[in-house]
Amino acid sequence: MDLQTILSKYPPQPQYLIEMLIDVDDATEQHYVSEDELRTIAAYVGVRDSQVYSVMSFYTMLSTTPRGKYVIQVCKDVPCYLNDDFNVLKTIQDELAIGIGDTTPDQLFSLELTACIGCCDEAPAMRVNHETYTNLSDEKVRSILESYRSGLL
Amino acid sequence: MIERKELTKRFGVIDPLSIEDYINHDGYEMLKQAITMTPEAIREEVRLSRITGRGGAGFPTAIKMNSFAAEKGEKFIVCNADEGEPGNFKDRYLMEQDPHQIIEGMLISALATGATYGYIYIRGEYRKAIAIMKEAVTEARLYNMLGTHILGSSFTFDIEVRRGAGAYVCGEEFALIESLEGKAGRTRVKPPYPAQRGMFQHPTLINNVETFCNLPFILRIGGAEYAKIGSEYASGTKLISLSGNVRNKGLYEVPYGRTIREVIETLGGGTNTGRPIKMVQLGGACGAIIPDELLDMDIDNERFEMFDSKMGAGAIIVIDDSHDLFDIILRNMEFFAHESCGKCTPCREGHIQLVRLVRKFVDRVATMDDYISLKSLADVIHETTLCGLGQTSPTSILSTMEFFHEDYLDRIQNNKEVRP
Ligand SMILES: Cc1cc2nc3c(=O)[nH]c(=O)nc-3n(C[C@H](O)[C@H](O)[C@H](O)COP(=O)(O)O)c2cc1C
Ligand code: FES
Repeated sequence: MDLQTILSKYPPQPQYLIEMLIDVDDATEQHYVSEDELRTIAAYVGVRDSQVYSVMSFYTMLSTTPRGKYVIQVCKDVPCYLNDDFNVLKTIQDELAIGIGDTTPDQLFSLELTACIGCCDEAPAMRVNHETYTNLSDEKVRSILESYRSGLL
Repeated sequence: MIERKELTKRFGVIDPLSIEDYINHDGYEMLKQAITMTPEAIREEVRLSRITGRGGAGFPTAIKMNSFAAEKGEKFIVCNADEGEPGNFKDRYLMEQDPHQIIEGMLISALATGATYGYIYIRGEYRKAIAIMKEAVTEARLYNMLGTHILGSSFTFDIEVRRGAGAYVCGEEFALIESLEGKAGRTRVKPPYPAQRGMFQHPTLINNVETFCNLPFILRIGGAEYAKIGSEYASGTKLISLSGNVRNKGLYEVPYGRTIREVIETLGGGTNTGRPIKMVQLGGACGAIIPDELLDMDIDNERFEMFDSKMGAGAIIVIDDSHDLFDIILRNMEFFAHESCGKCTPCREGHIQLVRLVRKFVDRVATMDDYISLKSLADVIHETTLCGLGQTSPTSILSTMEFFHEDYLDRIQNNKEVRP
């Protein structure tokens, strides 16, 4: 979806800023909102660029810097931690050789932490873009990454 | 039988995306009934039911409804589906499994209060719930459960589904309103309360997903009957999100008055590791951590107040004896440090310091002075912050200082710098 199509889904009012920003982030292969897009959105809803920046920086789902094609978010909260007997995060770091907040050199994966995503009954859990993966095991994590790498997912 | 399925009775029975299914399982019957009632009569049933809010604070629903009903002009109802408190997942299930129940509850609330428009604010991470709720709203319009002249009456009401974008604090009422207005979710100073001046300065009634789901149930059996379910402290059923080191993690609906131990042992099947329970955290990251001896308490809000803490939204997190108390507290405090909106200083700066101090206990380098600093800082944050985030965030520290005092002393005495 291009920017104009996204904007046309919403009335030109500041209250729809967050909705538009989420859509742009989704539609972009690198999951971010560029400066140009940000300015266009600000003009569309009639607010200053700085207001859009302040919204962007407040919400963790939004990014102003390019990320990988697949953004991995590992849940860090207690119910997941209690059920994480093999260390999800370390397994992923092992596979991808990147730190938290980093993107792989091929721009395929970014690694982030997330607060509880409401799947504590199937802990441990993580998200890849908008897909949720639960009841993780070491093999399961590795095979999920492999499926994304090989384009199966 | 410990469970009593009322709000969850259609789970797995109906296709959540089929409004026909919902209607065939007495769905929208109570909307029809409410249309024939006066607003006062509906609110009287809610008052009689003694229901309290299910979003965490446990405020009497009727009081808030009545004060909102007294306001004039354009006014809004907001369904709070931000559900970000670690350990809670009930609202996700309510949306994914029975979305029309929420819509019916909001319609009843609108009839009872004269609200003109509704919003469902769902955390952005809940992709599936968002898609299902949007679809349900569209279907409800097609069936004239939403829109103008609803079911041939003079009643007009519509609902919009809105997304959050990853901020726990947006579950707080004024932060949520700011977010709905398209801004960063930073709270406002109260009063005035949202019921008087909320979204775009209009009166706004905010209730939790589960609270709305109770309204059709209250009308169905009548407020007086409803009040008989539960205990003298709290009425109705409560959805419990059970997680952690427990065999049968999951969602359970139980009447108030059952004990925490019953939920963990009978429904949860005890620990999944076979190890003893070391502690249980109630409500989520903002809740008290209690020892095994206190598990025979009821799962009601009021009685919990003696611990200056509540059952909150109904999370029970079981932690076995292989885990370190301070590790758990550290994770809680890191969560709050990250989620503070930054508007008030005690919250913004305070949580950073709490993390630093708790880490000393984790690293076994804490001294008595650190203990005293931790205690006084936790007290200050609890008492001086602007919104409920900081007012509740130190609960895991304050409760464990009371119930696990030995663990603190032990850590200080075995300081590895003093005694390598
Ligand atoms: C930091 C913070 C987060 C909150 N998150 C939620 C939430 O996710 N869902 C919710 O219903 N209430 C949440 N609340 C409570 C709301 O402010 C409010 O009390 C509630 O939505 C009122 O609905 P109720 O009376 O039906 O419980 C939160 C409060 C605070 C202080
Ligand atoms: S703690 Fe990980 S999903 Fe809830």
